[in-house]
Amino acid sequence: MTAPTGNRDGTPLLEAHDVQRRYEAGESTVHALRGVSVAIRRGEFVAIVGASGSGKSTLLHLLGAVDAPDAGRVIFEGRDISRLSDAEATRLRLLRVGLVFQRFYLMPTLSALENVMLPMAEAGLAPAARRARAEELLRYVGLGERTGHRPTQLSGGEQQRVAVARALANEPALLLADEPTGELDAATGAALIALLQRLNADGLTCVLVTHDAALAQSAQRVITMKDGRIVQDTGASPS
Amino acid sequence: MRTTLAWAALRRHPMRTLLAIFGLAIAAALLIDMVMLATGMRASFRSLLTSQGYQLRVTPKGTLPFDTEASVGGASALVASLRTHPDIDRVSPSLGTTVQVSIGDRATSAFALGTTAAVQGEYLLQGGREAAVDTVLREVVVNAAFLERLGATLGDTLDVGTERSAQLRQAGRRAQVVLVGVVRFLYVPPGLPAMAAPLPALQQFLGAAGRDRISLAMASVRVDGRDAEAQLARIEAVRQWIETEHPRVTAISTETAIVQVEERLAYFRQLAFILGALSLVIGVLLVTTLVSLSVNERLGELAVLRAIGVPQAGVLQQIMLEGLMLGLAGITLGLGLGLVTARWLNTILRDFPGLPADLDFFVWSPEAAWKALGMLLIASTVAGAIPAWRAARVRVAQALREEAVA
Repeated sequence: MTAPTGNRDGTPLLEAHDVQRRYEAGESTVHALRGVSVAIRRGEFVAIVGASGSGKSTLLHLLGAVDAPDAGRVIFEGRDISRLSDAEATRLRLLRVGLVFQRFYLMPTLSALENVMLPMAEAGLAPAARRARAEELLRYVGLGERTGHRPTQLSGGEQQRVAVARALANEPALLLADEPTGELDAATGAALIALLQRLNADGLTCVLVTHDAALAQSAQRVITMKDGRIVQDTGASPS
Repeated sequence: MRTTLAWAALRRHPMRTLLAIFGLAIAAALLIDMVMLATGMRASFRSLLTSQGYQLRVTPKGTLPFDTEASVGGASALVASLRTHPDIDRVSPSLGTTVQVSIGDRATSAFALGTTAAVQGEYLLQGGREAAVDTVLREVVVNAAFLERLGATLGDTLDVGTERSAQLRQAGRRAQVVLVGVVRFLYVPPGLPAMAAPLPALQQFLGAAGRDRISLAMASVRVDGRDAEAQLARIEAVRQWIETEHPRVTAISTETAIVQVEERLAYFRQLAFILGALSLVIGVLLVTTLVSLSVNERLGELAVLRAIGVPQAGVLQQIMLEGLMLGLAGITLGLGLGLVTARWLNTILRDFPGLPADLDFFVWSPEAAWKALGMLLIASTVAGAIPAWRAARVRVAQALREEAVA
């Protein structure tokens, strides 16, 4: 595999219009997002930064149809995804969005290869085809020799690369990563950043939530959030 | 892939999974044993009663076969009358009594049965030969308990006697008989010494107490390929005819006998039902507990599965598969365990005094057993449905947020 393909025509892949999200935490209500609007163009590499509780992860969940806004709209590939049914949102995440988490969240009892094959099995890809693609993806992330290893037999950096391969399984249009270097040391974090840059260079739109200054600096565009609002955006389109 | 994930989830805690499987196996074994007990006695009793082809038993009015020492007089006429019925093709009359037997310095009381060797349905010859047809008591066949109690062997000559009867003002009678065969009595408890001799010889030996008297006549009703219901109707018609023609006797069909026995053994069936139901409940609780525990531990993991695109139905199926796999493993193990324990318990219960040697308490009845095990399998699968539903309904974003905080 050379790369996940995407186009860089500069058209918006993803738009959030005045989205709001609040949730209950005990007896209090947390206003995680207080009216956020943002547009992500195809092929962009965007880092969302901000203090804990600023609403970064909540925004990421809304952009990836993991959660739905209380108000406002999220448009993905020209389609409003803010009011999808659970089944529609699940299908969208399966086929169009790749998700990477801070704690990798690989299935501990499956091998690296099986973990990568999992979303393809859900998508209905034939067993031979999903095996071939999973092997290809693991080679792409530099783990071609470790396909049979279980997560516990892999280092943190290797586990995160398996998680990236899993996120790429169904050739998504968008890669969302929540603190992808949060559990990694500086060296493995740097290797992961290089991998994400390579993916972006090959055309994949990447949106990351991070505290990692190095990772934020590697992004083309940095969105800074505070108290549920965007306070700075280095690459916002002129309105 | 779901099967792989379900299997992997169970393998994650092997000891816990093994304990749950053992628990389910015990529940399944209990269930299978209770089903075998509930259906087996009926099947075994029916098989015992019909093994020699006699569907009707004619006894002195109001008695069960050999339940008392009662006998009915005018036996020749009764038997001859029965043989005239066009639907009856065989009649086997017999007379039972208790005698004293001795050889050398060893003595015992024994059950003595007068029969007609050609048509008898009371025993199976296992060694030696039948006693020769005679009107004088000269030869007998005996069971293993008889030989054991007296230390006798084939060819030995024995002293047989009756007690003095105060009621009949009759002295005890004595005869010397030769032991010519070893038999296994179908309806006599295995530990009870028993002997059989030609009916006329035993009647003659008993004097006035036995003259032209019988304790039981078994009748075989013709079978001509009719369906089972028509055959039962024919047997019932013959039974009614016997009781109408011969008011001194009671005619008991196999079906009636089974009903009577079932009434006497209702306690066993109730016990079996209660314990069987209990085993189902235990199975459900075990699976629900284990799967709930497993789901609670993996809520974050399941949320990730949902986040990467596994639908609710997929998570539901995966968790229910875990219940199904536990059920299948437990039931397979339980089936073997149940059959072994049933065999062991059957051996113990067959030694219960006063029961026929061939009566089984636990009989393998495939249809009933598969139904019961199927119910347990469905129950264990459904038991996984509650935690599975909870897992499938997990709020993905909230679960991920809680995982991150944790």
